[in-house]
Amino acid sequence: MGAVVALDTLFNGGQVWKGRPAPPAASPQPTGHAALDAALPSGGWPEGALSEILLAGPGVGELQLVWPTLARLAAAGERIVLVAPPFVPYPQAWASAGVDLRQLSVIQASERDALWAAEQCLRSGSCGAVLCWPHKADDRALRRLQVAAESGQTLAFAWRPLSEAVNPSPAALRIAIDAKPAQLRILKCRGGLARSAPIAFAVGH
Amino acid sequence: MRWVCILFPQLALDAVLRQRPDADEPLVLLNGPAQRRVLQAVNPAARELGLRAGQSMTAAQAMSKGFATVDYQAAEVERWQQFLAAWAYRFSAQVSVHYPRTVVFEIESSLGLFGTWAQFEARLRQELTDLGFRHRIVAAPNPVAARVLANAYDGLVVPDGEALQHHLGQLPVDRVGLEPSVATALSRMGLRNLNQVQNLPRQALARRFEASMLKHLDTLFGARPLALEFYLPPDRFDVRIELNFDVQSHQALLFPLRRLTGDLSAFLCGRDSGVQRFDLHLEHAGLPDTLIKVGLLSAERDPAMLFELARGRLEQVQVEAPVRGFRLRAEDLPSFVPQFQELFDDRPQQTLPWEQLRERLRARLGDDAVQGLRFQADHRPECAWQFGVDKQPCAGLPSVQRPGWLLTEPQSVPEGSARILMGPERIESGWWDGDDVRRDYYLIQSRTGQQGWAWRAVGEGGPLWLQGWFA
Repeated sequence: MGAVVALDTLFNGGQVWKGRPAPPAASPQPTGHAALDAALPSGGWPEGALSEILLAGPGVGELQLVWPTLARLAAAGERIVLVAPPFVPYPQAWASAGVDLRQLSVIQASERDALWAAEQCLRSGSCGAVLCWPHKADDRALRRLQVAAESGQTLAFAWRPLSEAVNPSPAALRIAIDAKPAQLRILKCRGGLARSAPIAFAVGH
Repeated sequence: MRWVCILFPQLALDAVLRQRPDADEPLVLLNGPAQRRVLQAVNPAARELGLRAGQSMTAAQAMSKGFATVDYQAAEVERWQQFLAAWAYRFSAQVSVHYPRTVVFEIESSLGLFGTWAQFEARLRQELTDLGFRHRIVAAPNPVAARVLANAYDGLVVPDGEALQHHLGQLPVDRVGLEPSVATALSRMGLRNLNQVQNLPRQALARRFEASMLKHLDTLFGARPLALEFYLPPDRFDVRIELNFDVQSHQALLFPLRRLTGDLSAFLCGRDSGVQRFDLHLEHAGLPDTLIKVGLLSAERDPAMLFELARGRLEQVQVEAPVRGFRLRAEDLPSFVPQFQELFDDRPQQTLPWEQLRERLRARLGDDAVQGLRFQADHRPECAWQFGVDKQPCAGLPSVQRPGWLLTEPQSVPEGSARILMGPERIESGWWDGDDVRRDYYLIQSRTGQQGWAWRAVGEGGPLWLQGWFA
């Protein structure tokens, strides 16, 4: 029968190593939305990867989701490239969101050239974020974008229709925006289980 | 070792061969009057067929038919010598084309920049091989000696006068650049090499030969300086490649295009300038040239980049007739400012700077494809944005709600499909420029929850017009 040793003495003597839950490292690319950051395994956008944003139609807060990130990147002097945006960006709104318009470049391209242009921008590594709107991109095109984002270590955002949610995608992160009720659903995220509970996402004005 | 002589033993043939993608096919250069065509030069493949320089064309055709012929043009050879001088101008300010098929330049003062002679020679050979010219390189204390030694040696370096005496002394008298009559006379006197000539008393030589002979020997051994006329590079670039067949697709033009842009880059490096605009001429038989303008936003001279940009423009052009000739002209050659790059760049993969990326995009998508965006102080939404870049950050924006997306054309909103959340906000402006606007703007929400920005003209009924999305 060994001597009974109190646990406290062992701990206090430093003889037993005790694992502590490590606080998650701050992500280099926070989204700027606290609730979303908390739900993502990396605490922000996956770095150097493609993030896919799925939405039923325009006007559900798809820009407000990325504006804080764009504002932060533009303030750091990074270039933000919009490849074939579906509408004209209203400078006043973008500037009010804190995005420095001087860092913004808009590329006009046809459907076919847009993917090429987005890939070139991502691969070059000279842009902070590349935003694109592929309408009929197949799995291969998206994989190319994902690989280009990795090789250029650039944030890539692709906005796609919600109907694509059922198809698999090589993107590192897939977020669906619901308008009614206003919420975000994480469909897929690399590095952790996708959280099933939706996140409230109020479109503020 | 102050002067370098680069001799191009088959300049005319190389100039033709380098413009052909199939350099290994038999090719001969023809010279002489139309009645009696003579083979001026043959490439190795043609030599294997048994063809030799100096044969008549009829004799050559009797032996074989499978070879291509190109006319020898003295003016072309001259032009290529000028081009090589422009290339050499990069390494030295004192470049001379005094001797035919040869470039002579001073090098001692440049070695501080280009490293040791061994490195420098390797670089010269590499660049000339890339350009497609066969060459012999000799370095010697004076230009005449360098030229004469290049007749007999390749890769020889003569560091000082003593070694020069040694090397020159062994040369036979008919290889040292003396006039043929003088050389014959010397050999008939039993003098085989220069050492024997040097051992003769100077007075005897002066009595027997003309003064020019002793002058030549003195300049050869460095006792007498030679005044050379130095090459001045032209301030424009204009090179033409004649295609020997009708070209129907742009694929066949890529090889000549790569040569032309490579030559342009070599020329620009020599001048330490860049190019901002250049024209490609596609020549047709009996039709005016097709002109392709290539414009860049900043001066560039990287050969790969110039090729890629020109290719992007070339691929989009449709020509009406087959192409017979290809020409590149560059008139505007501003000085080249290298890219600014930070030493401690936090983005290690940054392989392509934004300026180059922008050029690449413009080359393929069109000159106006890449734009910045700026705010225009106007209340009318359609006038509130412009393409372009502000120099200052825009400040003092009115703190009103505006949508992130703006539709270029307003769309009518079907009755009952949306409800008004907020509004109206009246925008009444533009009476001074004839584009008068009196509208009440509303924030609307569709049944699916999309939020838009729609208007209705003041005092009118009818549907709302959607102009933006609060995205």
